[in-house]
Amino acid sequence: MPRRTTSVGRCMAQVAMVMNLDKCIGCHTCSVTCKQTWTNRQGTEYAWFNNVETRPGQGYPRGHEDQDKWKGGWRLDGRGRLVPRSGGRARRLARLFANPELPSLDDYYEPWTYDYETLISAPLGEDLPTARPRSLIDGRPTAVTWGPNWDDDLGGGPEHLAGDPVLRRMNDQVALEYEQAFMFYLPRICEHCLNPSCVAVCPSGALYKRIEDGIVLVDQDRCRGWRMCVSGCPYKKVYFNHSTGKAEKCTLCYPRIEAGEPTVCSETCVGRLRYLGVLLYDADKAGEAAAVPDERDLYEAQLDCFLDPDDPEVVRAAEESGIPHDWITAARHSPVRDLITRYRVALPLHPEYRTLPMVWYVPPLSPVVDALTRSGHDGEDPANLFGAIDTLRIPLDYLAGLFTAGDPAPVEAALCRLAAMRAHMRRINLGEERNPDIARGVGMDEHSIEAMYRLLALAKYEERYVIPTGYAVDADRDADPGDGCSLEGHGGPGMYDADAFHAPPVAAAGAPKGGLRDRINLLNWNGRGRPQGLFPPRGDEGGNR
Amino acid sequence: MVVRRGTRKEAERVAAVAAEQLLRIGTSLRTSPTTPDLRAVYRTDQSVNDTPYRERWAHDRVVRSTHGVNCTGSCSWKVYVKDGVITWETQETDYPSVGPDRPEYEPRGCPRGASFSWYTYSPTRVRYPHARGVLLELYREARQRLGDPVAAWAEITGDPDKRLRYQSARGKGGLVRIGWDEALEIAAAAHVHTIAAYGPDRVAGFSPIPAMSMASHAVGARFMSLIGAPMVSFYDWYADLPIASPQVFGDQTDVPESGDWWDAAYLMLWGSNVPVTRTPDAHWMAEARYRGQKVVVVSPDYADATKFADEWLHPHPGTDGAVAMAMGHVILTECFVRRQVPYFVEYVKQFTDLPFLVELDERDGAFVPGKFVTAATLGLEEDDAAAAAWKPVLLDAASGRPVVPHGTLGDRWSKGGLGRWNLDLDGIEPALTFHEAGGTGLPVLMPRFDTPDAVRCGVPVREIGGRKVTTVFDLLLAQYGVARPGLPGDWPADYDDDARPYTPAWQETITSVPAGAVVRAAREFAHTAEQTRGRCMIVMGAGTNHWFHSDTIYRSFLTLLLLTGCQGVNGGGWAHYVGQEKVRPYAGWQQLQSAADWVRPSRQVAGTPYWYLHTDQWRYDGQDTGTLAAPTGGGTFAGRHAADLVAQSMRLGWMPAAPAFTANPLDLGRRVHESGHEPGEWAAAELAAGRLAFACEDPDDPANWPRVLTVWRANLIGSSAKGNEFFLRHLLGASDNARAEEAPDAGRPRDLAWHDEAPRGKLDLLLALDFRMTSTTLMADLVLPAATWYEKHDLSSTDMHPYVHAFSPAINPPWQARTDFEVFHGLATRFSELAIGRLDTAYDLVATPSQHDTPGETAQPGGTPRDWRDGAPPEPGRNLPVFTVVERDYPAVAAKLAAFGPLAEEHGMTVKGITVHPAPEARWLAERCGTVDDGPARGRPRLDTDVKMCEAILALSGTTNGRLAAEGFERLAERCGPGSGFASLAESVRERRVVFSDTQNRPVQVGSSFEWSGKEAPDRRYAPFTVNTEHRKPWHTLTGRQHFYLDHDWMAELGEQLPVYRPPLDQAAVQGSGPVEDDARSVTVRYLTPHSKWSIHSEYQENLLMQTLARGGPVIWMSVADAEAIGVADNDWIEAVNPNGVVTARAVVSHRMPAGTVFMHHVQERLVNVPRTQATGRRGGVHNALTRLLIKPTHLIGGYGQLSFAPNYYGPTGNQRDAVTVIRRRTQHVEY
Repeated sequence: MPRRTTSVGRCMAQVAMVMNLDKCIGCHTCSVTCKQTWTNRQGTEYAWFNNVETRPGQGYPRGHEDQDKWKGGWRLDGRGRLVPRSGGRARRLARLFANPELPSLDDYYEPWTYDYETLISAPLGEDLPTARPRSLIDGRPTAVTWGPNWDDDLGGGPEHLAGDPVLRRMNDQVALEYEQAFMFYLPRICEHCLNPSCVAVCPSGALYKRIEDGIVLVDQDRCRGWRMCVSGCPYKKVYFNHSTGKAEKCTLCYPRIEAGEPTVCSETCVGRLRYLGVLLYDADKAGEAAAVPDERDLYEAQLDCFLDPDDPEVVRAAEESGIPHDWITAARHSPVRDLITRYRVALPLHPEYRTLPMVWYVPPLSPVVDALTRSGHDGEDPANLFGAIDTLRIPLDYLAGLFTAGDPAPVEAALCRLAAMRAHMRRINLGEERNPDIARGVGMDEHSIEAMYRLLALAKYEERYVIPTGYAVDADRDADPGDGCSLEGHGGPGMYDADAFHAPPVAAAGAPKGGLRDRINLLNWNGRGRPQGLFPPRGDEGGNR
Repeated sequence: MVVRRGTRKEAERVAAVAAEQLLRIGTSLRTSPTTPDLRAVYRTDQSVNDTPYRERWAHDRVVRSTHGVNCTGSCSWKVYVKDGVITWETQETDYPSVGPDRPEYEPRGCPRGASFSWYTYSPTRVRYPHARGVLLELYREARQRLGDPVAAWAEITGDPDKRLRYQSARGKGGLVRIGWDEALEIAAAAHVHTIAAYGPDRVAGFSPIPAMSMASHAVGARFMSLIGAPMVSFYDWYADLPIASPQVFGDQTDVPESGDWWDAAYLMLWGSNVPVTRTPDAHWMAEARYRGQKVVVVSPDYADATKFADEWLHPHPGTDGAVAMAMGHVILTECFVRRQVPYFVEYVKQFTDLPFLVELDERDGAFVPGKFVTAATLGLEEDDAAAAAWKPVLLDAASGRPVVPHGTLGDRWSKGGLGRWNLDLDGIEPALTFHEAGGTGLPVLMPRFDTPDAVRCGVPVREIGGRKVTTVFDLLLAQYGVARPGLPGDWPADYDDDARPYTPAWQETITSVPAGAVVRAAREFAHTAEQTRGRCMIVMGAGTNHWFHSDTIYRSFLTLLLLTGCQGVNGGGWAHYVGQEKVRPYAGWQQLQSAADWVRPSRQVAGTPYWYLHTDQWRYDGQDTGTLAAPTGGGTFAGRHAADLVAQSMRLGWMPAAPAFTANPLDLGRRVHESGHEPGEWAAAELAAGRLAFACEDPDDPANWPRVLTVWRANLIGSSAKGNEFFLRHLLGASDNARAEEAPDAGRPRDLAWHDEAPRGKLDLLLALDFRMTSTTLMADLVLPAATWYEKHDLSSTDMHPYVHAFSPAINPPWQARTDFEVFHGLATRFSELAIGRLDTAYDLVATPSQHDTPGETAQPGGTPRDWRDGAPPEPGRNLPVFTVVERDYPAVAAKLAAFGPLAEEHGMTVKGITVHPAPEARWLAERCGTVDDGPARGRPRLDTDVKMCEAILALSGTTNGRLAAEGFERLAERCGPGSGFASLAESVRERRVVFSDTQNRPVQVGSSFEWSGKEAPDRRYAPFTVNTEHRKPWHTLTGRQHFYLDHDWMAELGEQLPVYRPPLDQAAVQGSGPVEDDARSVTVRYLTPHSKWSIHSEYQENLLMQTLARGGPVIWMSVADAEAIGVADNDWIEAVNPNGVVTARAVVSHRMPAGTVFMHHVQERLVNVPRTQATGRRGGVHNALTRLLIKPTHLIGGYGQLSFAPNYYGPTGNQRDAVTVIRRRTQHVEY
């Protein structure tokens, strides 16, 4: 990273994520562990804080990248100033009660379940019992016609996949045919943007970006359920809980992050492709960066916001902002920073939304050699490799449509570095001499290409996740620490009121009786107390024993 | 109101300006800082409510467990518990390290496993014991009237009307809740009655894949073994057993752990979709690419793995063998003929059978490959005539004489072989070929199956001992069509010759893979292997393994690896991961599950022939096995039905049979006991006199039906039952959708009795233990609620990583669920009570086949059957099974189940031919577990809890108990000689010890042991056969080397002595006829059932999370072209129909699918969203509704070296990949 010459503005710290799509196997473990942990509750059945999309595909909710339709993110107005695409405040206020840019349940999907009970309780009949599908919304029998992952693994056929907004915006026609088939997976969570449009459009001020780590959250008390955030978020990563009437979204697992633990989606990622780390950035520059006129400059502009934690001036600014030493150290060891700014292999998702997203992606490399050898070249020769990156099975323009507002150059550069790493390491693997030209060819040296290899290939746990534990912003550093155990204060952990100690368990809230709602299933459990039916009945209720 | 757009825009602009001014005023009123552009405000003065998420995340405890599902994951999970409720799970990350310079195991897992906790409280959870209502009514009435459970069971099952009533109700609902006592009483009564009336071999247990929960498996299998009931094999039955592995390696399956993919420099994923089916391991493949590994995917569809591939070859399904044969052609040509790669040549001489001598037999003016030339043939080593027949010879180039090298099977079991069973060449220079400049040869007929005629290719020949002899290598070149100067024959001109096998151009005509791509792949493969000394790996999966002829496909793959020296090398070799989960602590599990500590031998039966006979699928099989023979065959099979060959195999003692005889083995045992004769002598005489008959020759006689079947840890009916509708019809007597016609008179077996009316409902009792509803529990008469994997203690291991770890209960089994351990002990207790006065002590005549890794594998020298029915003298252990009379104390079954018996110490524990004596371990167990006070097991160590069972498994296995491993290596050192280095290996492992609590704390790496062929150490990954290559220990084969050549008569008959290409079966010929209309609105397609992304077999398949991420019910993937041809759009309902049954599902249309092939992912059950079919009006079938069993004769061979039976080692596969079906769009209105 080049040393800064201009003075540093307000230095902020952000816990950011990089996903290496080149390693993603599309297994959806992240989606399932996230859903199990956070959203298998009534009101959020349809919500997936983390989902994985097969690309090309329409994604979830359907066609969410079509901002002509959904009006998410920011745009520049006639005077070159940032305004929410959904319009100015007045326009938004005018639409509070009828927001046409809100995805419907059909765009997400209508969650369903099955008549599972019939499998064991069916009376003697004519045929085998089967559990037919039922809507989880109204309890009526339903036919499954759409889901959160409908086009998984290219399901749906070319006609359906042609509805992919990124594909539609490409200049070249892409053939969706057997021989030319290509796909990759795109796991998505909230981007925890530097310039979050969801926060900007909330009429109640319920959305906020935490100062200490940049996590964007919904204050469950302030939220009034206007749902402007749902349409305002161009990534469609804010959801409306139809049971509580409030917005919910990915929390970056802050109870874990605060404890120095990776998010659930990261730690459970069996592809080992997620990285979490601290980035320091200049908050005063973010607005300017988000407003650069040419959307193809947004990637570089955002890079320019990031601060070098080895720069003494940055360190001073960070300390001034109350960022603890451990966080600055973490920023120095940040794998996310390495992938984004040092090796420049990670790219932002849809920078053209101008939200300055903070979950970045290493684009998928493969397969290259196939295309090369078809054209009669030796795919193992690095010289050929770089010349042919644009013959990738995955069209470069498609990736550029996702990561660089259509500019293929940064994508190509990232892929070349990955390809060079493979070529460099293959020589070592086969016991041949290193060839420094390979690294030089992509603007790196042997040491850095091997360090990048270490981070991408070995990806040891403590190098993937460099997360300092949480700190309190503006904590009074001179306060009297007291003379006892930190747990001993009134209301501290383990300090119970006499009454509360013997209180009966809290009953599950909000589970109406009868029909599907009464069934025993974690979907309608709010995480508190002992919901009815989860346990064997006590005493005689159990019957025959 | 209509507002002009321009007006509205202007109004909005004005409003925005006003709003911004307001915001600026607001800013000045607040103290909080803002960004200079007023974009953001920093507030620390407001409190926010983020407690809901903190509360949600809070939990009381985290318990380590794993998933006992039939996958190779064996991942370690954190199970979160809150207020006594299991809430969710995430992965553990604390595995043993793989090494400083490698990616680690963490965080193994997959979306299926991540959704497991859903089952705990789901509505499909089985919470109470249930019984079929109709049966229960009958039972209660009879029980009350007769006052005796056993008499009641006898009456109901003996009354045809009552049988019909409850059997025809199977699968139609009507399960009612009952108490545990009654449930166990019914089950125990059924067992007691069946054993008394028909014999213990009419009872059976089915529980597959022991590694996925060893104690739960072992406790039930132990119960079955104590009562004398057979356990039905699963690995061959699932078609996951790669028959080529016993054939080539003499080993069931031994493969590298996934961490060893990292070591490979070239990785082929061949029919294996690693991201989907080996999800926790896939990262190795992704990461090894960064190390410069090249990845080639061979798959007919654009599979998930293809995303990672440098190259994608997409042959037509089932033609993979042709690609591999062509690659072999290139490698042989370029690395053995045009040039000799020193590493390759050196490797094949020492570690394969290529230099061994084969005799040529004259046939029709040419020659055909015959038998291995042995010491017996040549009259060498006449001092031990019996062993000489098992000593193949090779030619020593130095002396020019035929010699017997060390390490052949003749050295393994003979006295003279002590210290000689090793691969030291001892100064011999094996001659690979007889070809020399200016030399010539004789024309040999080599089979091919893509045209009717054989190929005539010359091989160089020498006369030795008056016989025309050549080498396996010379035959291999002829087989692969690799020409050498001077040899006569019809050779391919060059790689572009598409008329002759096995050129790259030839394969293109079959597979559609460009010849150039195959040449390139072969060269890269070989060059990389040469450069890295064997670090090329082929991950081979079910896509190439579930075919009828998969053994030939696999042998053509293995040829590539053997020729290039990749096997027995880290980073190289075959990586077959199909249903293979390795019980790392093998010896202990084996001992306990077979109850070998109390009674020997146990009954083990091969699954495929068992189900083939008992589900009457043989009645629909009209195929003459002679049609499978090669043009070079002798006509042995002409006119013979597969069931005839099954019966012959059983009567020769090749394959086991259950039941064995038409009589109750307890009656036979009593007669033997009373006669005072040796059991074998007695049985041979009775058979010869015709007084004793094999049950397999009349499987439809009620005396020979299986009567009681217990299924646990399994979903036999929904998952693995190939020919599913025939299971329903004949085994269960339920309704079915099959419309196949029985074989016509001319196509029926000669040696089996034919009953005009086929029996329906052979089984008296189907007993199922499960925690969820499946097709098996739907069909079962008794359903017992089992504990889940988060509710019990157990052990798990797999072949994908070298550690063992524990299941632990996060909660106790809720409702009335019980662990399998508790259930079988409860059953045994009730059984033992009811056995008093009814069974008491009995003598059981047990017939056991000749077994691999025992001296029994030398039953039939030369591999020529000598059928006693054709006049050869009947000899037990030669051309008859081995007979033993076992004394069974039936009332003592429960006591013995719960204690460690004395036989392990007295007679040792034998694994793969090595016997170790666990006397110190028995003492240790007595101290650790306590001993039994009284009764039949008095003084013996207790095994009365699941924890003690786990402890015993670990204590009695070499991988987890170094003392036993060391003892085993010492025994090996004696057999292999001092040069083997086993003595020092023994010392390196002696101190290792893993106890159960270690495995509860975190996954623990196991150690090297004689139980496995690879070495374990912290600084290296597990790779198979490294013991063989590094310690020069022979493979467990005839030559002691890896085999290209198999000289058994039946192999020759099928033309499969060498690797060969055999196309998928012609279904028109074998599927039989039925009322299946094929019209303009239908397509006929290849019907493949690959493993699913959203389930592990049937497990998770109905899980709501998985169904939500998938399509919410059964689907069939089809190509755009096929869908268009029949007017099908994505998500339309379609029907797949063939004579075997009907499947109804929705279509997923995708351009990733090739035209002419559909995928119905394995196992999409009837449970969820399956309407009635348009074809029959009944519920649609499972994926196996369209399949039917077909038996490959060569899988029935026994008593011949590595071609010998052992459970889950050798036996016919229940293959299903060759199926075809008609697909059409159905009415879109569906009824359930």
